[in-house]
Parts: sequence; C-alpha cells; structure tokens
Amino acid sequence: MSVLNNLKLDTEGFMTDKTQWTKEIAVEIAKQEGVENLTEAHWKVIEFCRKSGEATGKSPTLRQITDGSGVTTKDLFALFPKGPAKKVAKIAGLGKPEGCV
Amino acid sequence: MKTLLILGAGTGGTMTANRMAARLGEDWRIVIIDKDDKHFYQPGFLFIPFGVYKPSDVIKQKKNLLPSRVEVLFGEIELIEPEKNKVTLSGGQSISYDYLVVATGCDIHPEETPGMTDNWHQNVFDFYTLEGATKLHEFFSKWQGGRMVLNVAEMPIKCPVAPLEFMFLADWYFTQRGIRNKVELTYATPLPGAFTKPTCSIMLAKVLKRKNINIIPDFNLMEVDNDKQVIRSYDEMEIPYDVFVSIPLNKGAEVIKRSGMGDSLNFIPTDKHTLQTEKYPNIFIIGDAGNVPASKAGSVAHFMLDILEANLLSHMQGREMTAKFDGHANCYIETGFGKAVLIDFNYDVEPLPGTFPIPGIGPFTLLGESRINHLGKLAFKWIYWNMLLKGIEIPTVHSHMSMNGKKPIAK
Repeated sequence: MSVLNNLKLDTEGFMTDKTQWTKEIAVEIAKQEGVENLTEAHWKVIEFCRKSGEATGKSPTLRQITDGSGVTTKDLFALFPKGPAKKVAKIAGLGKPEGCV
Repeated sequence: MKTLLILGAGTGGTMTANRMAARLGEDWRIVIIDKDDKHFYQPGFLFIPFGVYKPSDVIKQKKNLLPSRVEVLFGEIELIEPEKNKVTLSGGQSISYDYLVVATGCDIHPEETPGMTDNWHQNVFDFYTLEGATKLHEFFSKWQGGRMVLNVAEMPIKCPVAPLEFMFLADWYFTQRGIRNKVELTYATPLPGAFTKPTCSIMLAKVLKRKNINIIPDFNLMEVDNDKQVIRSYDEMEIPYDVFVSIPLNKGAEVIKRSGMGDSLNFIPTDKHTLQTEKYPNIFIIGDAGNVPASKAGSVAHFMLDILEANLLSHMQGREMTAKFDGHANCYIETGFGKAVLIDFNYDVEPLPGTFPIPGIGPFTLLGESRINHLGKLAFKWIYWNMLLKGIEIPTVHSHMSMNGKKPIAK
C-alpha cells in the first residue's frame, strides 16, 4: 500500500491538504515526476520551497527559487528536469506556482 | 491642499489621472510624472512588423491626453521614499504626496539573456518596442524566407497573447508575399502549451496546427548562440533559426528596485483584490507595475481603474475599501486573414466559448474565430485613444467579468 493512496490532490496533481505532507510522500511524488533519487541538493531546494510556501502561502516562482536558495537555474533544471518550479511545488506539497497567467 | 501623485503616464497612469481629475475636489492637486513626452499605443506595435500600422499610427503627445488640471512633469524618477511620502526626480526636484499611484509599468530586458544582444536588431529582434517593431518590418520586407523562431524568455510578460498573434500574422504576411512555402514558423514557449489557460490553450493549438506553425512547449531559454544560430534551453535543447524574434525577460522599472519596493523582477507586492500595495497603505498600483497574478496588459489596467478609483476614494475618506478586482482580462487575438478570436476571463474563470457582450447575440464570438472580432480589434485603437485613456466607461463592458453569454464547459 503506497503512502500516496489517501492523498488529496487537485486535477493537476498538486496536494490540496498541506498537513498530509511527509518526506516519504515527497520521495514517492518525486518518483512519479521522474526524479528517482532525492539527493541532498534536491532537499535543499525542497526545504527552501516549503519555507517560502509557509511564509507567503504561495509556491515560489523559478526566479524566487534561484534568488532565494542560491542554486543556479542550470543546476535547478538538472535536478528537476523540464519545469523545475512546477515539479518542486508538487514534490514539496505546495499549490501550482502562480507565475504563469 | 492635498496631493495625489501618479508615477508613469502610460495606459494605466493616464486613465487614472483623467478619472481622478473628474472625481477629486479642488482641495486636491494631481501631479503625474513621466520620463517621455510621447504616448505609445502599445497594442499597435504587433502590427508594425507586417506593415499594417506605421509608427505614426501609434504615437501621440502625452500632454494632449491629460486634462488641464493635472500638472505634468517630464523627468526621470530617481527615488520613491514611502516612509517620507516623497518622490525625487533625477534633477533633484522632490514632490511630497498624500497618495501615490504607481503606474511605472514593465519593460523588456534582452541583456538578461546571454548572447541575445550580440546581433540585436540584425537577425535577433523584439517587437515590444517601437524601435524593435520598426526594425523588424525593415528586415521582413527584404527577407526571402528561412526559419523564423519566436520565443518567450520567461513569464510573466506584457500581453501573453501577443506572441501567438505575431505567429498568426506572420503566417498571413508571408502568404500574402507569396513565400509562405519558404518560411518555417516555430513558437518556443516556457508554458506547457499555447496559452496559460487549458481550454483556450487547446483551441489555440488547433489554430496553430491548421496554419502549419510548430509549437515547442516547456522551452526555458538559457542563451542565444549567434555563431551556431541556435537558441538553447537550460536542459540543452537547441532550436536553429535564421531570424530570432524574442519576447525578452520583462521587469518592472529600475526605480522600484532602487527604492527597495519590488520583488526580484521589480514588481511591487500588491493585494490582488484591492490594488493597495502590501506594505504601504497610501500607495496603490495600476496596470503591470504590481505583482498581481493577472495578465500584464492594457485591458487589465482598464478593468482595474474602477476598482482603483473606488478604493482610493474610500481610503481617502477613511472608509473600508470594498471594491475587489477579479482579474478580468479581455483580449482580441488576431489570427490573420482578417479574423480574430476574443477571450474574456478572470482569476477564477478561464476563457469560455459563447458571445460577447450580449448573450446569444454578440456581436463578438468568444473563443471562436470571426471577422467581426477582427473589426473589434481594429476599432479598439479608436476606443483606446478616445475612451479608455480618458477613463470613460465603455457601454456594456464592465470591470467585473460577467458570465452572461458564456457557455460553461462540462468537466
């Protein structure tokens, strides 16, 4: 039985109940998003996004992540290929980033 | 005597000055500051590369667009000091205010992407400035075909539908010139599809396909490589070009950064419903100067105006601010060959099919192509100069989005 079974998600797969989030869940969501192993570098970004999300109530944009965490955009794409801001938000149990309108 | 100071006399600032001049009593002084004495009809820039409009069609003197009671100052704004309620110009002149409306907008920053400015306005262009649009027209009129690539460097940008319109007009323009079969059109976007909202994105993807325009989603621009003539993404995908048209990174004004009021893109954190800045109770924004999650387009600034007016007046009189901006946007998307699509949406409701503004009658079709939508787009230039900038309400089109005439999509 997967830890993902009872998760509340929106239609795009973002968690809707933040209190459900655990590190184990993050690992499983990351696998679904094509990130097999969460290394220390991954966790640094995830922790930053969770802190930022708690402070502002919103998912940080790509630029806010690079400015705030010190990880370069290039490295961020290597860690979370394709759309890093969206992927990290999903893994960190946050909503969809508002950057694109 | 109290002072309402407006920074920026573009679309948002001009309409605010006109509207507040009609509302505030003689005990208020209204001052507006801008660095440039010319007003540009920015939606018209899109048509310039294809020779539909000339530069003279999109320029007027700012002074002529403002009422006589408004004091107009031309000059560079050096610093805003919110704690002192004071704004200083680069010449040293300073103005104290009771209320401040920031309408300093946003601009393109090609220098933020490595390699982008190397061949700037030679075979790498923008069309969000009059200069870029004019130079691109000169280039296109001599071009004999090849690969044209259009890319949005990073969201958010001023007018998210303009890149699509540019592609549709390019398809039409090169067809008219008889060289469409020699031109390959590619649109590379950081978005997951053609547009930000799902239903509209699917609809526009079909139009792109029908017109034989390639779309490459999830493309995040890292650099422009002029030696190889490719643009490269952060995940090392390369797209070759002969002419590259860019919508470079958009940022708010430098003075916002100098004054320590902005986020990492110099947009001022603002309450998305009241339009009051988060930190300063007597400072409001209109248009694209703030970080509200709405399209950074003139139509949005126009719908903000009623809310801004109501909340400014309430706050000035010590009453609770009750007007709430809903993120309303209304965009005519030019699709070429004399047709256009109209979309109408807000923070919560994505663009839906139907008729606008009168249910069942229109005359405009929502989320569908029609000739009358195109005529609406062209008529908008007249409405812009004669009604919108003057803060006059457009009959039947309201600041809050209406569900009238819209057909919800079954999920």
